[in-house]
Amino acid sequence: MHIGHQHESPAAVGADVARPDGSRRALRIGLGGPVGSGKTATVAALCAALRDRLSIAVVTNDIYTREDAEFLLRNAVLPPERIQAVETGACPHTAIRDDISANLEAVEDLEDSVGPLDLILVESGGDNLTATFSKGLVDAQVFVIDVAGGDDIPRKGGPGVTTADLLVVNKTDLAPYVGSDLGRMARDAEEQRGELPVVFTSLRETDGIAPVADWVRAQLAAWTG
Amino acid sequence: MRPFDTDTDIGHGEPAAGIGQAEPATGDRHQADTGAAREAPAAVRAALLVLCDGRFPAGGHAHSGGVEAAVKAGRVRDADDLAAFCRGRLHTTGLTAAGLAAAAALGHDPVALDAAADARTPSPALRATSRKLGRQLMRAARAAWPAPGLDALASAFPRGAHQPVVLGTAARAAGLGPEDAAHCAAYEAVGGAATAAVRLLSLDPFRATAVLARLAPEMDQVAARAAGLARRSIDDLPAASAPLLDIWAEQHAAWPVRLFAS
Repeated sequence: MHIGHQHESPAAVGADVARPDGSRRALRIGLGGPVGSGKTATVAALCAALRDRLSIAVVTNDIYTREDAEFLLRNAVLPPERIQAVETGACPHTAIRDDISANLEAVEDLEDSVGPLDLILVESGGDNLTATFSKGLVDAQVFVIDVAGGDDIPRKGGPGVTTADLLVVNKTDLAPYVGSDLGRMARDAEEQRGELPVVFTSLRETDGIAPVADWVRAQLAAWTG
Repeated sequence: MRPFDTDTDIGHGEPAAGIGQAEPATGDRHQADTGAAREAPAAVRAALLVLCDGRFPAGGHAHSGGVEAAVKAGRVRDADDLAAFCRGRLHTTGLTAAGLAAAAALGHDPVALDAAADARTPSPALRATSRKLGRQLMRAARAAWPAPGLDALASAFPRGAHQPVVLGTAARAAGLGPEDAAHCAAYEAVGGAATAAVRLLSLDPFRATAVLARLAPEMDQVAARAAGLARRSIDDLPAASAPLLDIWAEQHAAWPVRLFAS
């Protein structure tokens, strides 16, 4: 070892797109959204849909337990060595936006231990409508809301709904029971988001994750170019 | 293979000439190498504010400094308890961390300092926490103040050196001196704990800040003492510890449900 040989050191900046050997690192996609909207279920379904073709790992940001990581383990969507939990000190949005160091560490550890990876999904702890991921941590972000959380959420907007690269409106199967107007949600979302895509999902249906999985595949195709 | 091109100086009086050519960005080879106990020039004082800012993205926000366990044990319930907790922490682990940080800022061999930090951290949980935070601080420090000294330390400890050692090395890279590094370590020893107490107890944030302000003169004393000892040798560095913090840290690490990582 010699001073100044920087290539022997871990990357200094998280947004570096190349690995130390010069190859392009895994695409990182963040998934955020309010508590109970189905983030973990979306991650699980994505892993199940994509794991045969892609090398995937997941970072979870549980707020005060390890339940999200354990849900993924229990459902065996990925081997345990591909799932890492980050503790967020009562502030889930801080860990994905303001101080991303623990999440970057988890991402790097996963690349080191089970890489090379194609895709890393970073799931935020359930938070409010203002939570967004830092561009230093992820390359694209998905915001997951659900019809039962109120069909006025797209109209209310906020950084997550307005700026996420993909807005997922989950649990469409519940719409008739909670009186949510899917057409209105779609119109409001378009008004807030312009050209940015919105998909409606019901993960209870067979292949209900397909619209999200297709979007992820397109992101990956653009990333590896 | 030795990770650094300098003489190790465990047990010797004079610090090494510095790890590598970690010239401060300000150009002027700072006073740390000569051991002169004068204050950092005003030109690099602002760097200390950047390094000590609670928003510096180095992972500290997820850690309570033992407050979460103390709250659960019923030992910290209000601002007065928090003041006592912080005072104890400052004069024990705070002093020890300040000594290590000051020594790293002076240019003592960081590998030997890391071993000294291990020896001063009996709790395995706190050792792991310190290395984790050291690794996270390293990332932020290298982005903020790129320097060969930081690169060398990152290469020697890819899983993370102890946080105070990284802190002192970062201070050196920023052109700061040992007193600066010690002040930062002393402040961190209590600042994170106070923030965690605000979150855990819904404590009045003004009272929590007042607790820190009242402790400021003691932080100055701790930093001065730590920097003074760091100028002697690594063996002379302070080794104060708080057994209850060590015990609580071990218990806390085993909790299934917790808000903070430590």
